[in-house]
Amino acid sequence: MYLYDDFDRTLVAERVAEFRDQVRRRLSGELSEDEFKLLRLMNGVYLQLHAYMLRIAIPYGTLSSQQLRTLGHVARRYDRNYGHFTTRQNIQFNWIKLEELPDAMADLARAGLHGMQTSGNCVRNITTDQWAAVAPDEIEDPRIWAEILRQHLTLHPEFSFLPRKFKIAVTAAAHDRAAVRVHDIGLRLHSNGSGEVGFEVVVGGGLGRTPFVGKTIKPFLPKRDLLSYVEAILRVYNQFGRRDNIYKARIKILVHDLGAEAFAKEVDAEWQPIRDGALALDPALIAEVTARFRYPDYAELDDNPSEVAQARASDRRFANWLGNSVANHKVSGHAIVTLSLKPEGGPPGDATAEQMDAIADLADRYSFGEIRVGHEQNLVLPHVEQRELPALWRALDKVGVATPNIGLVSDIISCPGLDYCSLANTRSIPVAQELTRRFRDLDLARDLGRLHINISGCINACGHHHVGHIGLLGVEKNGEEYFQVTIGGRADENAELGALVGPAVPYAEVADVVEDIVAAYLELRERPNEIFLDTVKRVGVEPFKERVYAAR
Amino acid sequence: MLLVRGGRVVADRYLRVLDDAPIPDSVPVIIPAARFLADAAELARREAPTGVLWPNNRRISELVPHLDRVALVALAFPTFKDGRAYSQARQLREQYGFRGELRATGNVLRDQFLFLVRAGFDSFEVTKDADAAAFAEAVGRFSVFYQPAGDRRAPALRARLQHARPSVADAHERV
Amino acid sequence: MTSPLEQKTRITGPVVVTANRLGDGAVVYRTLDGHWTTHLAQAAVVTTAPAASELLAGAVADDLGAVGAYVAPVRLNKDGGVQPGNLRESIRHSGPTIDLPGILGF
Repeated sequence: MYLYDDFDRTLVAERVAEFRDQVRRRLSGELSEDEFKLLRLMNGVYLQLHAYMLRIAIPYGTLSSQQLRTLGHVARRYDRNYGHFTTRQNIQFNWIKLEELPDAMADLARAGLHGMQTSGNCVRNITTDQWAAVAPDEIEDPRIWAEILRQHLTLHPEFSFLPRKFKIAVTAAAHDRAAVRVHDIGLRLHSNGSGEVGFEVVVGGGLGRTPFVGKTIKPFLPKRDLLSYVEAILRVYNQFGRRDNIYKARIKILVHDLGAEAFAKEVDAEWQPIRDGALALDPALIAEVTARFRYPDYAELDDNPSEVAQARASDRRFANWLGNSVANHKVSGHAIVTLSLKPEGGPPGDATAEQMDAIADLADRYSFGEIRVGHEQNLVLPHVEQRELPALWRALDKVGVATPNIGLVSDIISCPGLDYCSLANTRSIPVAQELTRRFRDLDLARDLGRLHINISGCINACGHHHVGHIGLLGVEKNGEEYFQVTIGGRADENAELGALVGPAVPYAEVADVVEDIVAAYLELRERPNEIFLDTVKRVGVEPFKERVYAAR
Repeated sequence: MLLVRGGRVVADRYLRVLDDAPIPDSVPVIIPAARFLADAAELARREAPTGVLWPNNRRISELVPHLDRVALVALAFPTFKDGRAYSQARQLREQYGFRGELRATGNVLRDQFLFLVRAGFDSFEVTKDADAAAFAEAVGRFSVFYQPAGDRRAPALRARLQHARPSVADAHERV
Repeated sequence: MTSPLEQKTRITGPVVVTANRLGDGAVVYRTLDGHWTTHLAQAAVVTTAPAASELLAGAVADDLGAVGAYVAPVRLNKDGGVQPGNLRESIRHSGPTIDLPGILGF
């Protein structure tokens, strides 16, 4: 993982000092709320229903155990003993006091953590594959590029007051676990015909009110040109993105209005004068950043050690967990372990301070002190020796993060919804909780196979409902909570938006509707291993619509 | 509204001339873009410095043919949240090599001073008097920058390569 | 429950003005004498648009006390008590409708 140096630490410390002064000036009245609001947003401070909310960046989803302990400390000292991991690899604390924020930020800064640019009209946390550097299907570590971009775009003087927020994602694997095609800029590292590695540049993807899958404006960009090209895209957006209507201000609207080709031409016009200037990435620079990523000194081990075979044969619960939550690692004898933050009846993506401490200890013991945060709101221990899996599983089970439901129906992705968020139309967490209860039977969940349910409490789509296999969108009808239901969405390299199943359903019925959709799938699937998504693709929405709405 | 230049409050030697008013001969003036372009040839004959107030929704490339006759470009921040002029400033300084006075006008507040300086602005029509007095403190807030910009400070990436690290306070001290 | 910050002011029943306290974000209500209280029972309740506008204007001007002020519906009990007027205001008043994880442990 990336090691901070004096530059990084100084920058964060100076930012904390600046924010401390800004808070002082706000509390004294020198700054009005209108002047202060954007400043606090640029430090990740929202005002929600009950309290301020602090969103902390976890750059490309990588945390050290010390950082996770610091998050636990913040939860205990300044909040209500828990935090929420988000769909953009950030963490949110829901009960922070403005008066205490500078102190909380100082504590975070000591661990190299901050809330810079996790909100506001600037470039947000750059996300990537939570299996970066350990996935077998990866071409190289995408986090190097996420870090190069992160630095370049942090407190960038030209791009701190964009028309609207800006989200970038990077992937380097055949299977896109970072959803790059639904980001403002999506970068896909791949090899061209001549064995050179570079970026496919996708622009204008996004969810929300007007969802779009992004357009490729550059099929192959050499690594050298990454910063200058991204700078050119942002310069076009900064100048020509709409500023008259916040619902039309994202780059996806600009790309759509101009057309991908005309947009690409504008980018090129901005790019040509700068591509050979100070932003050209020479190999020495790239090597310098790469050198500050530490990789584990893996032991030489064989796959399938006897410890695992024995435990699998003798313990059914371990076998279920092994088959569900453990993935292949690119280094033999090792494994990628996903920790489920979706226990039955629990709010998706939440962890208590005690859990954070326990997981940090387990990371030290079993994962070279490193944890990852995934956009599906689960955690990952990326460097586990296979022979340790039985012992690790017992420990994770005690911590409550070993529910073997990764990628299954009860591994629900949900925004915080009306229980916390001032933008929401409906609650979302209780719906997720109810669904985990309805689908508590793990045998059934395994039989259903891969099935992603995404819940958003409003059209801002923080739950990514458009790209859920089953998507629930909270809407208001006559002052009551209702949900629009879509099926068939997906966020990966074949990204697609879901289609409406029928009229919106009331809050009290939405869990029943989801059960009916699942029942319809069981009836319609061609064979047991045809997953839900493929059944929808094959038969379309109509058969589902008939079955679900027949009695309604 | 106070003018800050060279890090301190100074008198403004430029006269802001509105659309129809006569342009005095021997006084530095700032003229709105449309009028400047319409009268470009005539204005070129002036001896006193000429400045132009350029809107943030008009391409800088339209001004470029006249840059050698312009002593000052004033760019606009209708609200501090509208950041279009930052791009215009960088294009003027870095792409077109403009060396004259680059002035920030409109809603210019303390918490944007450092961004403005880095983008290449060197004078500021500051909205609040208290902010003008705090200019030096505001631009001194950060000693480290990740990216190169119009102020020609060395970015961190390059500085690391040269092993030119700033001395820093113990990171464990309370900030 | 569309964000009331995006709604036009429309009075169809009794309303209060509510906001979040500047220092800690706690939910507060505007009182008749121009202060903020965390107790809904002490909130100024008005029933006409002009009264609501006036109450709101005073609240918005007082952004050193609280921020994000808006007009929110309430319900009046038979005994004269005041209740939040919709789900959003109930949640703001009483907290999230779910158990907070901090007490669950493992």
